[in-house]
Amino acid sequence: MNEKKRGPVLTGAHYLDGDHACAEGAIAAGCRFMAGYPITPSTEVAERLAERFPKIGGTFIQMEDELGSIAAVLGAAWAGARAMTVTSGPGFSLMMENIGLGVMTETPCVVVNVQRGGPSTGLPTLTGQQDMMQARWGSHGDYEIIALSPSSPQECFDLTIACFNLSEKYRVPVMFMMDECVGHMTEKVVVPPADKIDAWPRRWYRGPRDKYLPYEPDKDGVPPMIRAGDDHRVHISGLTHDQRGYPIINAECQQLCVSRLADKIRDNADDLMMIREEQLRGADVVVVAYGISSRVATKAIADARKKGIKVGFLRLITVWPFPEKKIRDLAGKVGCLVMPEINLGQMYREMERAAAGRCRTMLVPHCGGWVHNPDDILKAIIEGSK
Amino acid sequence: MNPNQLVIGRGTADAHPMEDFLRMDRMPHIWCSTCGLGTCLTAFIAAARESAIPREDIVVVSGIGCTGRAAGYLKYDSFHTTHGRAIPFATGLKIANPRLKVCIISGDGDLVSIGGNHLIHAARRNMDLTVICVNNFNYAMTGGQAGPTTPQTAQATTTPYGAFERPFNIPFLVDSCGATYVARWTALHVRQLTISIKEALLHRGFSFIEVISPCPTVYGRRNRLGSGLDLMKFYHDHSITKNFASTRECDIRYQQDIIVGKFVQKEEPTYLDSMNEQMKKALGAKFVPYIGPMDPAKDV
Amino acid sequence: MKYWRKPLDADRRKAPHGNVHVIFERCKGCGFCIAYCPRQVLEVSTEYNRKGYHPPVVAHPEKCVNCRLCEALCPEFAIWNTLDEQDAQSEPGTINENR
Ligand SMILES: Cc1ncc(C[n+]2csc(CCOP(=O)(O)OP(=O)(O)O)c2C)c(N)n1
Ligand code: SF4
Ligand code: SF4
Ligand code: SF4
Ligand SMILES: [Mg+2]
Repeated sequence: MNEKKRGPVLTGAHYLDGDHACAEGAIAAGCRFMAGYPITPSTEVAERLAERFPKIGGTFIQMEDELGSIAAVLGAAWAGARAMTVTSGPGFSLMMENIGLGVMTETPCVVVNVQRGGPSTGLPTLTGQQDMMQARWGSHGDYEIIALSPSSPQECFDLTIACFNLSEKYRVPVMFMMDECVGHMTEKVVVPPADKIDAWPRRWYRGPRDKYLPYEPDKDGVPPMIRAGDDHRVHISGLTHDQRGYPIINAECQQLCVSRLADKIRDNADDLMMIREEQLRGADVVVVAYGISSRVATKAIADARKKGIKVGFLRLITVWPFPEKKIRDLAGKVGCLVMPEINLGQMYREMERAAAGRCRTMLVPHCGGWVHNPDDILKAIIEGSK
Repeated sequence: MNPNQLVIGRGTADAHPMEDFLRMDRMPHIWCSTCGLGTCLTAFIAAARESAIPREDIVVVSGIGCTGRAAGYLKYDSFHTTHGRAIPFATGLKIANPRLKVCIISGDGDLVSIGGNHLIHAARRNMDLTVICVNNFNYAMTGGQAGPTTPQTAQATTTPYGAFERPFNIPFLVDSCGATYVARWTALHVRQLTISIKEALLHRGFSFIEVISPCPTVYGRRNRLGSGLDLMKFYHDHSITKNFASTRECDIRYQQDIIVGKFVQKEEPTYLDSMNEQMKKALGAKFVPYIGPMDPAKDV
Repeated sequence: MKYWRKPLDADRRKAPHGNVHVIFERCKGCGFCIAYCPRQVLEVSTEYNRKGYHPPVVAHPEKCVNCRLCEALCPEFAIWNTLDEQDAQSEPGTINENR
């Protein structure tokens, strides 16, 4: 990738918080356009890019609101930029309609949500994982989305790059579901040398100009892309469209259009799946967790093991699409799946659905504002092992 | 320029001169008989050609509405976005590739109501965009509801007892927000409109053209104003051309005289000018101007 | 209501002559071209097209001055005008046709 020429990646070990690490990850991924609107606890990402971009050939614009931010990101992506926006709950809500436009028009971009407690203005400065379902279903209509969740500043860096890569490969807005704790946690972040950073190119169309059909998919269901301004004279619309991109308002076209949007993600779910497994073999209980909750869970898991309980650990990095197959397999082998999350049961329901009654499932809920007490997770593990 | 000297590019005996600039495979368009929107397209194409801006540099962005369908008929790179968001989408296109001439064609409801915040901020920034706002005094696509431009006392489906809210004077609005080119014409003033669109496309900065256009099917019918032709005749008899009139005086009242003309034309630094200047001042040699979009040839 | 005034130098100038082209089936019968042709070249046809509209007919081809207002006003791209071959030499300056 042209990243090498594109410039300064801060190679080396740094002491960074998750928000700043995310900004550095974006730079490493080749992102040079950012539109945003300030909101705690995500603002630091925007601030860092506002400071860094003018020194490395990027451009940052503070838009009038989040409706404008996401729209500008989509426009920039079609102009040929790698583009991103960053927000938190209330702003994420405002972005929903145009995330749908991004899905429908197959626009690669990254939407970072540093989650805080909701609903509404909720807990501006305190953590939550309450937007997980919104990331999946927040925009109207049927679609599939990709979302990743980091549990450390290092992952904020690494996975921001992964978000861009997946958005380019599958031509879909990718949701990066951070949370306040991870965003404001400062840890060592190792930034590799520029030539060791694996940033994937856009799926550029390279055929004859007049043969281009904006929505004619490659074998994996994803169509190649062009840039506005290169004389392809394309029409890109949020209306249901055929391969030419022309609006066609009927059930047949809807079937073709919408099913491909879902299938390009569903059929490639294995390729997208990033999970970390630990001592799953022979486990009686498996803790399934993501983001900051997965870090808190490690304490409970260690305590349970000291008590002689056979606990496995499944950490989700890809949260959408949900690792359904993995959960289904596990559910046939273990006695109980335990999920702590900082909400009243969002990914839990998905886990319960995938387990399909083949084992017990337990939620360790938390309303937000702080992380779990590891003892609450431990209690659930003990209960689940009985 | 003398309007009568405008040469719009010539057709041949068997092809309309604009066919190459239209998605003929999508014709006929969805617009009603005697609607003014087709005429606005004609003016746009004529102006785009007259401007001699390379065709591939022109990108058209629309929001949602009858007017919002314009992007879909123009054979340029064109984007049909969401209701109200054409301007920020266009802003992203423009900043990410400053070479592009990004032109927004959308309705009064789309640009001034749901997208109003973006409109005033794009004007304030002097963002280098051209906005063509087709004002038919109502939300036509959804069946003729009242909007921010519906004149007081006019009938609309959501004002069954007559509109009573004060409407926007759009040229005044964008002028006061900092737009550096502002004009208003009616769909009947095709020549002047074409010249204005051409000037707007060649203008550096935020250019805004309001086009008063007949919507006979919903606004016209509900108010018993007759066909689009009757509305055109009304524009003919009741338009008063006042170039550089104070936009403050450009209010439109129900079925009264409409002041048209070019109201504002001035040079001021654009968003990108100001940004680059400030960065240069603050960062000196450390400033690396925006590198532009990814290059497909190099991004492998 | 009279919509057009006579140019002051009308007697000194030889007006060009244009040929009107109408795509009968494309027209939606708005009547803009007929109403605003400065030379009353066009009239409403008695026939309907397939869409059920009355397109214009060229009633007085000899009067057309190639002003192309009909072309500019037509919302359907159904009418346009070309300069008569014999007048083609004296045509005013043209612009970049390929843009
Ligand atoms: C978020 C959203 N709200 C409402 C609508 C429904 N809607 C579609 S077009 C339209 C009005 C368009 O009015 P205007 O911009 O004046 O365009 P016109 O149809 O009059 O040309 C509305 C309200 C929508 N598409 N999206
Ligand atoms: S409803 Fe009104 S604005 Fe819409 S196409 Fe018909 S006449 Fe035109
Ligand atoms: S070119 Fe002018 S004179 Fe000729 S028919 Fe058209 S409007 Fe009439
Ligand atoms: S202006 Fe066009 S659509 Fe209207 S009557 Fe004339 S040819 Fe037909
Ligand atoms: Mg309207």
